[in-house]
Amino acid sequence: MIDFQVLVFYSFALLLVGAGIGVIVARNPVHAALFLVLAFFSGAGLWMLLEAEFLAISLVLVYVGAVMVLFLFVVMMLDINLDQLREGFWKYFPIGALVALLMVGELWMVVSGRDVMRTGQGLPPAAADASNTREIGLQLYTTYLYPFELAAVVLLVAIVAAIALTLRRRKGTKYQNPAEQVRVKRADRVRMVSIPATGKTGE
Amino acid sequence: MAELQSLLGPLWPLVWALVRIVAIVLPMLGAVAYLTLAERKVIGYMQVRVGPNRVGPYGLLQPIADAFKLMFKEIIVPSDANSLLFVVAPVLIIMPAMAAWAVVPFSANLVLANVDAGLLYIMAITSMGVYGVVVAGWASNSKYAFLGAMRSAAQIVAYEIAMGFALVGVLVMSHSLNLVQIVQQQDGALGVFQWNWLPLFPLFMVYLISGVAETNRAPFDVAEGESEIVAGFHVEYSGMTFAVFFLAEYANMILVAALTSVMFLGGWLSPIPGHLLPDGMIWLLAKMGFVLFLFLWFRATFPRYRYDQIMRLGWKVFIPVSLVWLVVVATLMQEPLRQLPIINLWFH
Repeated sequence: MIDFQVLVFYSFALLLVGAGIGVIVARNPVHAALFLVLAFFSGAGLWMLLEAEFLAISLVLVYVGAVMVLFLFVVMMLDINLDQLREGFWKYFPIGALVALLMVGELWMVVSGRDVMRTGQGLPPAAADASNTREIGLQLYTTYLYPFELAAVVLLVAIVAAIALTLRRRKGTKYQNPAEQVRVKRADRVRMVSIPATGKTGE
Repeated sequence: MAELQSLLGPLWPLVWALVRIVAIVLPMLGAVAYLTLAERKVIGYMQVRVGPNRVGPYGLLQPIADAFKLMFKEIIVPSDANSLLFVVAPVLIIMPAMAAWAVVPFSANLVLANVDAGLLYIMAITSMGVYGVVVAGWASNSKYAFLGAMRSAAQIVAYEIAMGFALVGVLVMSHSLNLVQIVQQQDGALGVFQWNWLPLFPLFMVYLISGVAETNRAPFDVAEGESEIVAGFHVEYSGMTFAVFFLAEYANMILVAALTSVMFLGGWLSPIPGHLLPDGMIWLLAKMGFVLFLFLWFRATFPRYRYDQIMRLGWKVFIPVSLVWLVVVATLMQEPLRQLPIINLWFH
């Protein structure tokens, strides 16, 4: 009988590859974005199988919960003509294939050196009481502290740049100041005027 | 049970998991049905009306009558709508509202999956609810629905950040992402004053109000804003497909109430210190009931926010407030300060 874990692995792997193909062949950009969401999900499922719960959930939280929502937000409002986009497909195919080959080669070089690939044995199972989150935290803030801080600085620069690129001070825009609105007193809004009655009253 | 286990053999874990899931989902659906009645009754009394009182004694069978009506109505798919996504959208919105219950602890031992990254799981699963709204709005091929989806996407993304920061405060307090441990950490000598709502009061407020915004409830319900865009993202839905959106909104309310109770109101812990009254699930249910009543009360009290006010509240008020309080909490947990008796009561 086939191992349950193997079965789960192949179903997630199949979904992942299928969704990946879906992303590039879908004619509708909204469908492509939703396929990408499915791909992220299947990837998270695979990581979960590797007992990397923290990473798996973070992937869903960050990419599915935030990044793809904004993606979808933008893509939904576009009116993209895919036929126009696909016109130069065969012209760019060789260079695209070259880049793809390079990436596969790089991946192979990274992965093939690992013990897991050489021996064909799985990873040793983690201790039953090991906390995934704690382990990652320990590694991030001790061994990999500088790369981690560096990544944080890069992100900060990106945030500042993104805001700086879109920030435009326009003249003549009107906006409300809620603090002023809250602090308003009766005297600022109403002027009591005593108007003396003149001449005849009532007709 | 042992006989059943041997009878089913290798299928047993699967069957057992299914049984436990049904044991959570079925009572929740019942609670959803009666929450709709409670809402109409409570708002009715607040507005000096009686509320539904025709179907059954005191209107108690009203939710069942509503369910029958919705089940027998025709589902109309608008022309040129994306029919597959149109039908999938309600599923996308109710799925996270159900799946999040997997890690919610009802009492010290009563939890479907006692996982270490429970808090993270909750945040990840609940952040997916927005897809249902966005996909529904887009697939309907309707201007109103699309406007509702756009509003909802921007609003939910904004409030999710504040909500996340509020939960980081809880995480700092309890040194754990495990929901059972988060509740156990709130157990202490002061009873009700030991719970997270007091030391994390600004974060509690941010979480509670963001919870109202995340569930698209009044006064944050611009996604459906009936006075401007008819019914927003679900304007084209009818019959059972509409009912699922309706169910999901109330299921999300119950979920947020349960999470607020677990994170800030001590979960299943009894409010009286010294264990004069035993801890138990009844307390969790009572606290959830209280938070749900607040939801209904808000709806009866506040006028709808304007859209720019919602954005301002989320980005310019809640995120700075929660960030500042996060720094305060982290500072109080540091070595010289936490030794002070008054601080050590909560921050240890």
